[in-house]
This record gives sequence, structure tokens and C-alpha cells, in this order.
Amino acid sequence: MADIVQSWMPTELPETEKAPAKKSGLRRLMRRHSTTAVLMCLPLIVIVAGLIIYPAFYSIYLSMLNKSQTHFIGLSNFNFLLSRDTFWMVVEQSAIFALSAVFFKALIGLITAHLVNNLPAKGQRKWRGMLLVPWVIPLALSTLGWWWLFDPTYSAINFILSGLGFEKIAWLSTPYWARFSVILVNVWYGAPFFLIMYLAALKSVPEQLYEAASIDGATAWQKFRHITLPMMHNIIAITVLFSLIVTFANFDVVQIMTAGGPRNMTHVFATYSFLLGIRSGDLPLGAATSLFMFPILAIAAVFILRGVRKRGREIG
Amino acid sequence: MAEVTLRNVGKRYDDVVAVSNINLDIPNHEFVVLVGPSGCGKSTTLRMIAGLEEISDGEISIGGEVVNDLPPKDRDIAMVFQNYALYPHMTVAENMSFGLKLRKFPKTEIKQRVDNAARILDITELLGRRPKQLSGGQRQRVAMGRAIVRNPKVFLFDEPLSNLDAKLRVQMRTEIKRVHQKVKTTTVYVTHDQVEAMTLADRVVVMNNGKIEQIGTPNDLYHHPKTRFVASFIGSPGMNLIPAKLESNGSGLNIRLSEKLSFHIPESRAARYRAHTGKDVLFGLRPEHLTETRGSENGVGQEFPVTLDVVEPMGMETMVFFKVDGTEVCGRVEPTAAKKSGEEMQLRANLDHMHLIDPATNVVL
Repeated sequence: MADIVQSWMPTELPETEKAPAKKSGLRRLMRRHSTTAVLMCLPLIVIVAGLIIYPAFYSIYLSMLNKSQTHFIGLSNFNFLLSRDTFWMVVEQSAIFALSAVFFKALIGLITAHLVNNLPAKGQRKWRGMLLVPWVIPLALSTLGWWWLFDPTYSAINFILSGLGFEKIAWLSTPYWARFSVILVNVWYGAPFFLIMYLAALKSVPEQLYEAASIDGATAWQKFRHITLPMMHNIIAITVLFSLIVTFANFDVVQIMTAGGPRNMTHVFATYSFLLGIRSGDLPLGAATSLFMFPILAIAAVFILRGVRKRGREIG
Repeated sequence: MAEVTLRNVGKRYDDVVAVSNINLDIPNHEFVVLVGPSGCGKSTTLRMIAGLEEISDGEISIGGEVVNDLPPKDRDIAMVFQNYALYPHMTVAENMSFGLKLRKFPKTEIKQRVDNAARILDITELLGRRPKQLSGGQRQRVAMGRAIVRNPKVFLFDEPLSNLDAKLRVQMRTEIKRVHQKVKTTTVYVTHDQVEAMTLADRVVVMNNGKIEQIGTPNDLYHHPKTRFVASFIGSPGMNLIPAKLESNGSGLNIRLSEKLSFHIPESRAARYRAHTGKDVLFGLRPEHLTETRGSENGVGQEFPVTLDVVEPMGMETMVFFKVDGTEVCGRVEPTAAKKSGEEMQLRANLDHMHLIDPATNVVL
């Protein structure tokens, strides 16, 4: 394509046309592809700058002020946080929450994607639609629903448990059950996203690769291990990264279900910084807490995206 | 290596019959090509041999063993696909050794086999590359390499050259023939290109509408087609088929193509056609048997004048097209003898190679 363009475009303008062209520099600038591209991206750039870049830098500035935001105190807020046991518990819980939730979301997504993919084409759309429901319902509402389900006295779950002869569980007020519950709800909400991404990836694997593998002697498991998984590697890496970021920064599920309790055991970064910054009125300390997420996620993103680019170059 | 037998094999998709009543015996070492137009059932037949499609009727055996219910991996076959189906995340060497690894061959033997196949196909320097970094022809070689390393009983090729450009296709065709001469594995090859079929095959199976039209050597099919379909499908350009009437002419027979044009049927053929005197038939003659008058075949044949419609110079020969009673007819003449379009030219028809086809049954008489 490029050489075709070159062949009909004059390499040098005739002298007579050069002079007016110089005068209308603006017109020439507008004609350049890169200018058009920048102009078309401008609305997005403005939104990103206004809603993400500015607040990000503002929160860095904020995190270096004292509680009443009257003095610059350097890294004191960060030092204070690092010396608090509660903060380290939040780090631990954030990691447990994000890693386990993403792992189970990806696993459940992968398994259900396979199941749906193997359904006959007729019923597939119906199932796909139904399985997407958790992801479609507004999270705040569905979490309230779950909060009710976990209610120790009136809830359906405990009703069934006691019906089966088990003891009722105080889901949201026993520390470890509370951790389990918030992870469960997050998995329930996020798995359909993985399902739909993996289903699309599965459908894009050429059928003939499986046929070639059948002839090469592969069993169903070997086909999955040697064909499906490597072919889906990139989409798995990207979805995991994306979900890791979103889950790590999750706020609504924990805030609505437990608000960080009992005994701060279910706090994640977002809820803890909300507690410190908004509830306790120490905005700089809240900003400092939320900033801890950034380096952790940046490192994960660099590693995952590097792998994605490498594989992308190889497979194409 | 083994023989392949198909007995009354058929394939139905719900109410649609894709293939029916296929009977085929392929002896050991033979190179058989299934050829026919799109949708004639040739690929389905190949996929049934491979085990990628279930068989609705009949029986397929490989090496004397009925394989109807065996999965592809237990049939000891190797297949080359139209779009190569190379594993994009594996290197060439890994692609070729994948089947052997799954079958738990020792590492030294895998390496030896891969190196050997790479040498046969001249792809040794590509072993470390990934399919994305290869050209179409190289991918095709790797796909063949993947088949060769397995040393299977049967090679199956499903239109392997369709994705290549014309020049490369001719090159790879020779390559495939060379490889078969070297490894001598029984081969079933599917193509819609009759030139490929003619050049590669020991025997060609012409298929149409899910049925076998004729099985024979390339020469057999070319010179002695049994049906109208085979007569018109094999050969490029195809055989001229002109509506005609068979007339008695004293002790001999005439074939009348139009009011003005009729040929005397040679004595050697007259006896065969006598029973059909007076009937409407299709007169078939290949373009190379419609030539210029000077010098060709020592004057055998009958001369007649035509007005040329279109003249197509091909270099070593020139195709001339003219009309006989509304039917377009093609002749092959020496480039120096060809006249221009619109001009009159004297041509000679060599009726020793003629065919007559019954238009009601489409069978060659």
C-alpha cells in the first residue's frame, strides 16, 4: 500500500506551488495525519487529564500535607502508615482479596467459557445471556442483595444451613468468614467478565488446530494444555491484569458488605483510605494510603504487558 | 504404509446427502487424487478417512483394519491442511515433533526424525522459527514435514496448494511428487484443480455431487472419459461439446454439427456408434484435435472453414475460438498459422479422438 501511495505523490512540489504552501503553514499542519489523530483524541485527552492526571498529582501533593492541610510535612504520612499494624493488615488483606478473587474469577470464567462453548449453538445465546446477569446488575444493588443473603438471622443461606442441620454462621461478623464473603461476592460479580472474554478467545482459535492436534494424537486435556491455553495466553494475561487493577482498587463490595469490619479485617486500600480520609477527616493520610496502590499495580502491569507483547510478536 | 479401502461409504447431514456409495481400493504406496468441483464431497471423503467426520454408511479400513470407530489419533495417519494448521505458538521444530512427543518417542529419535524430514524438505535453517516468520511456501513445507516425521501409514492432503500463488503452486507440486517418490507412503490427495490431479496422481478419482464419476490413471481419464462430466472437467481448456446428430451415409456414418458442417466418422469408430444412428448426441473433441491444416499429423482428419471469434496467443500455441451453430468451440493451432479474429481460417478435425455422448444419460457412447 505504501509504495502505491508514493508512486503517485510527487516527491517535490514545483517551485510555483512551494511559495503559497509556506504561507498556509496552518493548513499544511491540519492536513498531516498526526494532527488529525491528535484532534480526534482530544476529547478523551481532556477527560483523562481532568479526571485522572490532575487528581493523581493533586493526591500526591495532598499526601504530603498535615491533617489540617496547612503545612508541608514531606513523607511523614507515609512513615506513619508504615509504622501502623492496621496498615500492614490492609496490605495483606488487599493482596489476599485481589489475588484470590482474580484467581477464582479467571478459573470459573475459563471453565464456564468451555462449558458454554461446547453447548449446541441453539441454546448458547440463552446461557450466555443468563451468565452475564451478575455483571450487568448495578454492583451496589446486587451487593445489597448479598448483604441480605448473609444476614445472620433472616437470611436464605443460614436458613438452608440450619435446614440441613448445620449451625448458623455469622458471615459478616466473624473475621475469616467476612473475608471469605467479600471475596465470594467479588468473584460472583467479576466471573462473567472473564467468561465472555474467554468465550470470545475460545471461538477465535481455528478449528483446524484442534483437528491437526487430534491427528497428532492429542487427548482432550492435551489439546487444552498445548493448544487452547497457549492460544489464550495473552487474553488471560490481559484480563488478569485488568481485573487485578479493578479488584485491587475495589471499594463498593467491601464498603457495602462490611465497611472494613470486623476489627478492620476486611479493609482493602480503597475502603481504608476512605475511612481515614473521609470518615476520619484526615484527607492527606487517606491520599497517602491510596497512593500505595500505584507502585504495586505498576510493577504487575509492566511484567504482564511485557509478556503480552513478547507473545504477540511471536504468534502474531 | 498400508492400503486403504472404502466400501459403500456415505455421509449424511440430517437430510442432506454429502457423499454416497463411495467404493475405492487404494493399494500400498499409491498416490490417489480425489478431484471435483467445490461441494462434490471430496474433502468430506478425506475427512472421513482421517476420522474427523463420522461415517454415516459403509466401512473404511486402513491396513486391513476397519477404522470406522477409531479416533483420528489411533488411525496412524498424517494430514496436511489447506491453511496448514501449524501451531502458531510453537517453533517449526516443535510443530514437527508435537505428534511424536505426544506419542512419547525418545528425545534422540524425535530429533533424528525432525532433522531427517527437515533435510528432505530443505527447511533445516527454519527449525527455530515460528510459523508467523515463514512464507506461504515454507509453511506448506513445514506442514508436510509434520506429516513426514510421523512416518504414518497414510498421508492425507486437503487442498494443500490452494493458498499459494500460481508459480509456487507448480513448484510445491513437484516437491510433493518428489517427496512421495522418496517416502512412498500411501497418499490420498484432495484438490479441485484438475491439472494438479493429473500431474500428481497414480490414479485419479473424479467426484461429482457426492458420487464417484470415474476412477482411472490420468491418461485414462483424459483419453477415455466415461461420462460427460469427466470429459468436460478433465483437460484445460475443456473438451468441446457440440450438439450434433448421427446420420447414416451409405455404409458409413456422418456426424452433423450444423446445416453446413458434417464430418465423416472414421471406420474404426463407426461400428461402435452404428446403433445410435439418427439420434441427437453431443459431439466431443479436445482443442488439440482441432488444429491448423498444414503439416499436422500427416494429414489425418477432415478440413473445414471457420470464422474466428477470438484469438488467444499463449506463446507456444494459440487458442482460436469460433462458433458452430451457436456453440463456442476452441481449437489449438501453431502461433504462426493463426489468423486474426474476424478472419476465416481452415481447420482440421482429427476424428480418431472424437467422443459421442448421449445427452439423455450423459454417458460416453
